[in-house]
Amino acid sequence: MTWVSDDAIARLRVLEDRPDFSATRYEIGEEIGRGGMGIVFRGRDRELDRDVAIKVTTLSTAADAERLRAEARTLARLEHPGIVAVHDVGRLPDGRVFTVMMLARGERLDARAATLSLTDRLRLFDRICDTVAFAHAHGIIHGDLTPANIIAGAHGQVLVLDWGLARAESDSGQRAGVPAQHTQRSLPDTHSGPLPDTRSGLCPRREGIHACGTDGYMAPEASTQNVDARADVYALGAILRDFLPSPSTRFLRPLESVVRRARESDPGKRYATAADLTADVRRFTDGAAVTAHPESVGERAVRLARTYRTPIALVLAYLAMRGLLLFWSG
Amino acid sequence: MFPVTRTSVIADLGSVDPEARAAAYEALARSYWQPVYAYVRLRRRRSPEDAQDLTQEFFTRAFEREYLERYDPSKARFRTFVRTCLDGFLANADKSAARLKRGGGFAIDAVDFARFDEDLAAHARSDDPDPERWFHREWVRALFSDALDRLRVHCGARGHARAFTLFTRYDIEPESSAARPTYATLARESGIAVTDVTNELAWARRAFREIVLERLRTVCASDAEFRTEARDLLGINPP
Repeated sequence: MTWVSDDAIARLRVLEDRPDFSATRYEIGEEIGRGGMGIVFRGRDRELDRDVAIKVTTLSTAADAERLRAEARTLARLEHPGIVAVHDVGRLPDGRVFTVMMLARGERLDARAATLSLTDRLRLFDRICDTVAFAHAHGIIHGDLTPANIIAGAHGQVLVLDWGLARAESDSGQRAGVPAQHTQRSLPDTHSGPLPDTRSGLCPRREGIHACGTDGYMAPEASTQNVDARADVYALGAILRDFLPSPSTRFLRPLESVVRRARESDPGKRYATAADLTADVRRFTDGAAVTAHPESVGERAVRLARTYRTPIALVLAYLAMRGLLLFWSG
Repeated sequence: MFPVTRTSVIADLGSVDPEARAAAYEALARSYWQPVYAYVRLRRRRSPEDAQDLTQEFFTRAFEREYLERYDPSKARFRTFVRTCLDGFLANADKSAARLKRGGGFAIDAVDFARFDEDLAAHARSDDPDPERWFHREWVRALFSDALDRLRVHCGARGHARAFTLFTRYDIEPESSAARPTYATLARESGIAVTDVTNELAWARRAFREIVLERLRTVCASDAEFRTEARDLLGINPP
């Protein structure tokens, strides 16, 4: 009779989440992540002899399984350097759906950001927004963007992970990148309804995107209604907030306004798309006025002075020279 | 790997065949004595001797007075019913303060009681205010503990002793998940490739799951209850 500790009991229950891949070409290894919709394992593709990440979703019904497979197919069509490539999708004998993806290498966004200057952070943020905007343009919403779901590679590239909450925004061919389509819209019927009796720690799903986002990054409307791309805009705003130094400076007020607009409680007051958000951040880095921040005359003057300091300095130098020449010649 | 035992001992509790009925109670006592003992010992704060006698007596009385045969699957899970019967039995035992029968009709080894009591004293917590949840936790512990012992025998008989060792090293022994050795560490310790660790662990886990399911099936009153328990316990839909 062997004593099994409480910790071991908890592990054994989780352990039984470990799927049986013996009938597949994949070998399953250590658990490397756990989220609202499933568990991610390090794995190996025996056929191609390469490491992969295998995401096994929460126990699901046949209808849910078909929907998850459809989502995986949608994601597989997204070819973007910031989106983890989906290699394969399948269903296990116990009914769970698995997705095989590229194994992302790098470190968590927040860990990397802590080592970077603001300029480099904004460069990373631009790549993240670009990735999310690309997905939005293809009708895909992430739904759980957090620093934990974004990997920064060694060479400044970003990989947005965990598209497990992702949903096609519409199956009618509408695209998330078009502001006029951001009226609240129900997702297709197949996206509705709770999953059956999920395990402890795995969240029940609401209609459309489920309400299992991460505190501080989850849009307020996500817990009560269907969401659209603006929920991702909210999360991006929270990530940008994390990138700003604290305490802030007068110089960064426009960026704070960008954060505020991205994180408005009312989705209608946010940027309509990730592309709009990143465009405003680019305006800041380019020295232009951001749409989210009404400038005072003084702020405008300071910004222009900063932006055009080189030509202003040249003109001033030229005028000074002319003045001196006039003085000497006169 | 294992023969699928479709029969549940619960169904035989009310068997007209005396031998089948006695065997069903015997099997039930073996599955439930640990949570019952722990409940009496820790929740009711009885001495080890009293707890041992009350545990034996509970199953004996249940057999004699057909307590458990009154189970109605539409009202609760079987383990909840057992706990409710136990509460009733203990209340009566407290009132009557009757001398308990020593021994009893079910052969749970006194050595097992003593060893289990030592483990309880060393590890168990009695902090959960909800008796149902507490009893459930001890029931799960008993189920896993039994399955682990069976897995050891199973692995030994099939030449998979290393798989059992790896399984206990990685999944049972660590005090926390953070303290788990990596697969690479296990591979170094065992002098095998990481791939072999993966395969051995996968084999042991599959075997463990099948043993747990087999044991679970025998103590559930219906296929529906079995499936619900399997889902709650392991998050799977059994075949």
